[in-house]
Amino acid sequence: MTNMERHNYDVLIIGAGGAGLRAAVEAREAGLRVAIICKSLFGKAHTVMAEGGAAASMANVNDKDSWMVHFRDTMRGGKFLNHYRMAELHAKESPDRIWELETWGALFDRTKEGKISQRNFGGHEYPRLAHVGDRTGLELIRTMQQRIVALQQKDGRETGDMESHIKVFAELTITDILKENGKVSGAYGYWRESGTEVLFEAPAVVIATGGVGKTFKITSNSWEGTGDGHALALKAGANLVDMEFLQFHPTGMVWPPSVRGILVTESVRGEGGVLTNNIGERFMFKYIPDVFKDKYADNEAEADRWYLDQDNNRRPPELLPRDEVARAINSEVKAGRGTEHGGVFLDVSKRIPADVIKKRLPSMWHQFYELAGVDITKEAMEVGPTCHYVMGGVEVEPDNAAAVGVPGLFAAGEVAGGMHGSNRLGGNSLSDLLVFGRRAGMGAVEYVKNNGANPVSDASIKAATARIEAPFSREGGENSYSLHAELQEVTHNLVGIIRTGKEVEEAIEKIADIRKRSANVSVAGGRKFNPGFHLAFDLDNMLLVAESTAKSALRREESRGGHTRDDFPGMDSKWRQVNHIASFDGKQVNVKAQPLPPMPKELFELFDIHELEKYMTPEEIAKGGSN
Amino acid sequence: MTRKLNLRIWRGDSTDGGLQDVVVEANEGEVVLDVIHRVQATQMGDLAVRWNCKAGKCGSCSMEINGKPRLACMTQVASYSEDETITVTPLRAFPVIKDLVTDVSFNYRKAMEIPAYEHPKELAPGEARMEQVDVERSQEFRKCIECFLCQDTCHVIRDHEENKKSFAGPRFFIRIAELDMHPLDMLKNRKRTAQEEHGLGMCNITKCCTEVCPEHIKITDNAIIPMKERVVDIKYDPARMFAGLLKREKRN
Repeated sequence: MTNMERHNYDVLIIGAGGAGLRAAVEAREAGLRVAIICKSLFGKAHTVMAEGGAAASMANVNDKDSWMVHFRDTMRGGKFLNHYRMAELHAKESPDRIWELETWGALFDRTKEGKISQRNFGGHEYPRLAHVGDRTGLELIRTMQQRIVALQQKDGRETGDMESHIKVFAELTITDILKENGKVSGAYGYWRESGTEVLFEAPAVVIATGGVGKTFKITSNSWEGTGDGHALALKAGANLVDMEFLQFHPTGMVWPPSVRGILVTESVRGEGGVLTNNIGERFMFKYIPDVFKDKYADNEAEADRWYLDQDNNRRPPELLPRDEVARAINSEVKAGRGTEHGGVFLDVSKRIPADVIKKRLPSMWHQFYELAGVDITKEAMEVGPTCHYVMGGVEVEPDNAAAVGVPGLFAAGEVAGGMHGSNRLGGNSLSDLLVFGRRAGMGAVEYVKNNGANPVSDASIKAATARIEAPFSREGGENSYSLHAELQEVTHNLVGIIRTGKEVEEAIEKIADIRKRSANVSVAGGRKFNPGFHLAFDLDNMLLVAESTAKSALRREESRGGHTRDDFPGMDSKWRQVNHIASFDGKQVNVKAQPLPPMPKELFELFDIHELEKYMTPEEIAKGGSN
Repeated sequence: MTRKLNLRIWRGDSTDGGLQDVVVEANEGEVVLDVIHRVQATQMGDLAVRWNCKAGKCGSCSMEINGKPRLACMTQVASYSEDETITVTPLRAFPVIKDLVTDVSFNYRKAMEIPAYEHPKELAPGEARMEQVDVERSQEFRKCIECFLCQDTCHVIRDHEENKKSFAGPRFFIRIAELDMHPLDMLKNRKRTAQEEHGLGMCNITKCCTEVCPEHIKITDNAIIPMKERVVDIKYDPARMFAGLLKREKRN
């Protein structure tokens, strides 16, 4: 505990991606003092990787779009397991959140009338994604980052200190959320650069740490996606909901090996890219599920016509929700119709002229040209599924993003659960960050106003510091790199895109074994910028995430969205009525079923009853909503 | 297609350090960051290196490879000959923290000195109308991933610590240019403050920054030169000077 730094704020925000920064803006604008923690440098968060766009029913391109249509698409994409209230708030508030970015300097691509342009994406009925070429995430993170700086400059003019009300703590890892008397009191962590320990006292903590991709072997996520917030919340007494649902993005790079998993944006398909197998067959027509038959073209001629006339033709099946496309690719490869490197072909070169490809998909062109030696204006890409997004996350109150069961704790963005149900639509993530980032900020403000400071006790500090020191006190123990690789093998092989009960049981045992051994991880070298030391904590988080996922997956005996059971291949209306809730008792993760809140009548009635019949039980249909 | 690669890595901190040789396996298609990660996982568990996306989108893994500022995730091992030793060193323009990690806080301080975007007050959210062709000029500069390679290579600060105080560097010249060319930004005199407060005049357009930019942003041609030209126009514009004289006369 020597040289421990101590800071005091109203709100502590863990994570500096879109959700964290939006929460920070909200809390500062309400007059509070805010600390923002990022695990890497400011502006490098994974939000930067989002390519396609942010979904919002601004109706700039097709005036039939509205929040109701967006809400329906979101529920449909999530196979009706979404928390209806989150999907409703998201659909209603997304346009305002996008327009607000423009007032902070964002420069989206334009329509001919000069409005924000919107593009087509899988599962969205109308062109809905506000975008900047294929680097929308970068625009979003930079705009938010520059908004933070603008607020700091304003504070500088008023107080003489630009960091008087918002301070960014870059390259700092949080290892514990602290509580006193059952309420949040702050958080503890260390500077990655020096290893120096840091205590933050704050009555409200917003978790906005993003995803868990690094738990898996093939992923589009960066090193930061280690489920830190999921694990911190679990350990602080919060619940994780829907952890069995992982989104395997259908199109990740498959070759060369070093880039395996890196994302190939869905915009490639939105702009007209087609998927073919090794015999040249456009195979997606074979994989249109019954629930989507009336919305997707069953022949090439109609699918091609859709790009020119969307009112009178059904959409090409390449634009089915991500889970459907990922499973289809998986099946083609398993049936021996894959490419040399175990993927399928995605070709945009035959449909769009080279100069247009370079303009609309510049970073894809660049990525394939530089990393794979493939010129996508002339040849097809090889693609396959990659672990991309976790639908599951901290169980929150939809309106204020408060974590259920832990006063003072809030969660927003990918780390929060419920919004996307069993499968997230592309483009709904960036808008989710903004809508619920803002709501988490509002929730924290309200909470701080009603609850004063909650000082951290010496006992809490002592326990937190002991955890950080532990790996250095052991010698000749396990290596965190090899344990991480072992965990990734287990999740990839046994809890991956296609699961069976037996394999998941095996995974649970193996994860428990790795967890036991991880208690004996030792670290070489000192505290100063030591990646082996950093990974020791990440590993602990990933193990809790993997355990939650495996245990939730074992219970759900059906296939839905981002959870496919080979031994229960069908979707079952009974299972739609429950969420799985994971909690941590200090030793292990426990999972229980919890009834899904029923949709109120006014939302229920937005759907065609015949569509609801595909998802709901006759009793639910008869009730016609909850009020 | 695995081969042995001779890698020379700078290891140390602000007090002391030097190059260390290692032999590491390299597979077909791998980039320099892959082999650095292999060294980290198998030989040097505490080797410090920054990285995030590994796809050239976040700009974290900036370092110098055989003396050239580059992103390690976008540098193919195969672009060097088989018998060539690949030498990786930290960015030279910034103080070393440890191994390949440098203290780039200079850039974040400079970012805070550039006045923010000012939206027209009368324009409510959703009311903005802009032509695609007009936003594209600024969009080129907003492609910047803040890898700071341009800052590292810029000779005004690369070996001249004393210039850092008065020079924002190419990354922030494109930030100013981006705001200056933004169709809606209301703040006046961005070019003049670029010259007077951020050291635009110290740049003598050798285009080193453009050469190292992984996003291929034409920093010198499209941002720095147009701003320099306009600054000259403003300062030595005869019409403006004449108008100024008139104004002064009126006042008198």
